[in-house]
Amino acid sequence: MTNRHPSPESQLPLPAATFHILMALADGERHGYAIIQDVAERTNGDVRLGAGTLYRSIQRLLEQGYIDELSMRERPSKDADDARRRYYRLTAFGRAVAEAETRRLTELVRLARASGFVARKV
Amino acid sequence: MRLYRALLRLYPRSFRAEYGEQILDDLATRRAAAGFVGRVGLAAETIADTVIAAGRLHTDLLAQDIRYTFRTLRRAPGFAATAILLTAVGTGATTAALAVADHVLLRPLPYREPDRLVNVWQEDTTVGGHNVLSPANYLDLIASTTAFEKVAAYTPRSANLVGEGAPVRLEGHLATGDLFDVLGRSAAIGRTFTAADAEDSAPDVVVLSYGAWQTYFAGDPATLGRDISLNGIRHTVIGVMPRDFMFPDRRTEFWAPLSLSPAALGPGYDDRTNTFLWTVARLADDVTLVQADAQLDRTAADLARLYPDENESLGILIVGLRGTLTRASRTMVAAVAGAALCLLLIAVTNLAGLILSRGLSRQREMAVRAAIGAGRERLIRQMLTESALIALAGGALGAVLAWAGAPLLARLVPTSLPIAETPAIDWRFAALAAAAALVTALACGVLPARRAAAGASPSALRESSRTGSSRRTERLRGALVVAQVTISVALLVGVGLLAQALWRVQARDPGFDPQGVLTLRTSLPWPKYGPTAPRVAFYDRVLDDIRALPGVDAAGFITGLPMEVGGLIWETTPEGGAAVGPRQRMVGLRFVTPGYFDAMRIPIRDGRDFAAGDTFDAPFVAIVSQSYADRHWPGQSAIGRRVNIAFFDRLIVGVAGDVRVRGLERESEPQLYLPAPQVPDFGLMASPPKDLVIRASVPPLSLLPAVRGIVARADPEQPIANVALLQDVIDGQLAPRSTQLAVLGAFAAFAAGLAAIGLYGMLAFAVGERMREIGLRMALGATPRMIVGDVLARGLRLAAGGIVVGAALAWIAGRWMESILAGVSPHDVRVFVTAIGFTALLALAGTLLPALRASRVSPLDATRM
Repeated sequence: MTNRHPSPESQLPLPAATFHILMALADGERHGYAIIQDVAERTNGDVRLGAGTLYRSIQRLLEQGYIDELSMRERPSKDADDARRRYYRLTAFGRAVAEAETRRLTELVRLARASGFVARKV
Repeated sequence: MRLYRALLRLYPRSFRAEYGEQILDDLATRRAAAGFVGRVGLAAETIADTVIAAGRLHTDLLAQDIRYTFRTLRRAPGFAATAILLTAVGTGATTAALAVADHVLLRPLPYREPDRLVNVWQEDTTVGGHNVLSPANYLDLIASTTAFEKVAAYTPRSANLVGEGAPVRLEGHLATGDLFDVLGRSAAIGRTFTAADAEDSAPDVVVLSYGAWQTYFAGDPATLGRDISLNGIRHTVIGVMPRDFMFPDRRTEFWAPLSLSPAALGPGYDDRTNTFLWTVARLADDVTLVQADAQLDRTAADLARLYPDENESLGILIVGLRGTLTRASRTMVAAVAGAALCLLLIAVTNLAGLILSRGLSRQREMAVRAAIGAGRERLIRQMLTESALIALAGGALGAVLAWAGAPLLARLVPTSLPIAETPAIDWRFAALAAAAALVTALACGVLPARRAAAGASPSALRESSRTGSSRRTERLRGALVVAQVTISVALLVGVGLLAQALWRVQARDPGFDPQGVLTLRTSLPWPKYGPTAPRVAFYDRVLDDIRALPGVDAAGFITGLPMEVGGLIWETTPEGGAAVGPRQRMVGLRFVTPGYFDAMRIPIRDGRDFAAGDTFDAPFVAIVSQSYADRHWPGQSAIGRRVNIAFFDRLIVGVAGDVRVRGLERESEPQLYLPAPQVPDFGLMASPPKDLVIRASVPPLSLLPAVRGIVARADPEQPIANVALLQDVIDGQLAPRSTQLAVLGAFAAFAAGLAAIGLYGMLAFAVGERMREIGLRMALGATPRMIVGDVLARGLRLAAGGIVVGAALAWIAGRWMESILAGVSPHDVRVFVTAIGFTALLALAGTLLPALRASRVSPLDATRM
């Protein structure tokens, strides 16, 4: 499957919502609501994904092969509360894309600094 | 939570099925954790989020479907082109034809409350026919009638405009002061004239049409208030009418006040037979046409009692403004619109057949897509996108066709109405036609998609495409083909009848030879040319010089060309003639100069042509047409007889061939010609010769510069107008008929072709689907001949059904066309046979190919499929 994917660089730049979702999944599988919460925490509440936006993105990420859905066997068993929920995790390709985006942004920031822009606290 | 559940419905169904529960779960969790304020915020946030996300999801799907459609249509370019073209032809023809029909028959005329406006005519209750009014009767009529809110009279007047570049001839109308009040329109700039301007002592003023203002004064606002010279009299321009204003027809370029006072009218002001006033009136509030008619009947009776000599058998007739449209023009426009609708119908049914068979042939593809997870809703949605794209492309192309075709159809617009020549293409009709195509495309797209989606079971994958069409679909396709054949037969019969009618009319002898004749108009203005002597001097000088030009065979002037308005209808009293009623004694009266009959090649059958010696001082003479001589002196010579006409006794010196002065389509009354000099000064001012005819042995138009020079030398202020070849004048008369035939012919050809294609498509598809069955039959001993016979029989059965129904329809509908058939029987057997034969041939052609293909099926290959 993997070798059918295009090169990660060809997927850039990523939409902000997509990148946030990939970040939320960086350290393990999560269900949809957990992704929303994680993104909100990570950004101190600046980015709050609506449910519709989230699942539209998830649908695309699944189609593009950035993430996949856990099968019933793979789900974390102790989380009895969330039995009905569906869990998603990053694929290797998704990770490669996210890393490529990180490289792109880092390079961009380096260039910006080199031209004299300084990030100040506002 | 009910709100959130409802919001879910905004998402595409597939998305909802996949993520709906998750979304609700998430929202429930968030809601439970929030306080009241938080809940309100969550609701607001969720509504916004749902709308945006759902919109994007639908756009994603649409984009995906459109991309897919482009891919599939690229793989089936034949189907795509045919379907788009079908839609374009159907919608384009319908849009253009309906626009013309609406323009001519329905759209309100450019006046305030045009439905309240009527024309008033006087009719002769014994001999029939309607006529314009005399000033005396008009004044009595408006004095005694309360049915009208306002009334105005008008009369055509053309005028030479001199001093604005080369002299030109303007067509205009004189009208009483109330005209613009009656019509309820005001000027675009300046003002219209009023009753005060029509006073005898008032200065001369004129109101220009928008077109005249643009053409002769370059749309210069400073034209307002300027003095211009019309027929040598200074008129002050007081206003310009709006661009859409026309009255009473689109040719009128100016309006000037008309006074009906005895002083202005001069001697004969109270002559009730001196009829030259057209009348337009606005019905009073609460008065219906019928009530007004009844009141006017009483008025007419009063007038007849008071003036029994002049008003014997007087009736008054009122007709709505659009009522002046002849039955033939109505029928012509309606026939074209009807044919266009037929074409739309045939195109749409063909499209339906096309999409149906495409849908069926794609069942395998659908099954594959369903098997790999496409939901039923997605498949249907995909098919609908494809159909909608085809309809849109076809509709757009159709709009272009309609736009390009409208000028052609403009010749169907009668000149007698105050409406623009070219109908505006109305987007309502384009929308209507496009909607028809869209609905068909969608309906026909859905059916196979639903079937495909429903039957998208693994079994469909395994079986060959033979599983395709059910009996029901086949019957539907059969019905569509029958409908197409029906319509095309009916259209072909209609076209055949009209072609016969056109040929019949064209074959009529006009009574003169129109080939190689140049005509033009020099209308001599009054009062400058009121006296007879300067007028005759002008004719003589111009004719002498023209006859001296190389290549000119003959030349002469006449009051008005045959087939164009311009002559007078006059009652004669033939001496010693057979005693007949007044209607039989009516003639078309025209003044001519010597040379006219030669130039027209109208034969002088007895006696002589007019000559230079027929002056005002010589004995008054006349030439009558053959039919006049035959009517009043059957079997005897008319030469030497006397006839009283136009206030004088005249001696008949010649008998000329009859001319169809009223055009090829209508019967004409006999003609009587008088020599131009034999009219008193300022007498019969409407009838002096003004149309010049020149017969040439060189190309007639090459003479024009020389003729212009000759006229300018005779009178530098005299304009030349209406330059035309006589043949074009005749062709122009037949233009509505030949245009209609061309349009209907094109429609019918399309329709017949489409029907044949429809038949072919259906049979080819059916044969393709039955390959296995045919192969099996051949393996079991059926000969190719039997197979061909089967397919042929099937196709021809359908064609025959359509032909029978179509011929029956045409037979019934023919009666309705009778008014435009110029005497051709609506049940003309030759036409029916030809139309049926033509359709049968096309049907055979459409059937033969699939039949032959069926016969070439190899049993081995077919059974192996």
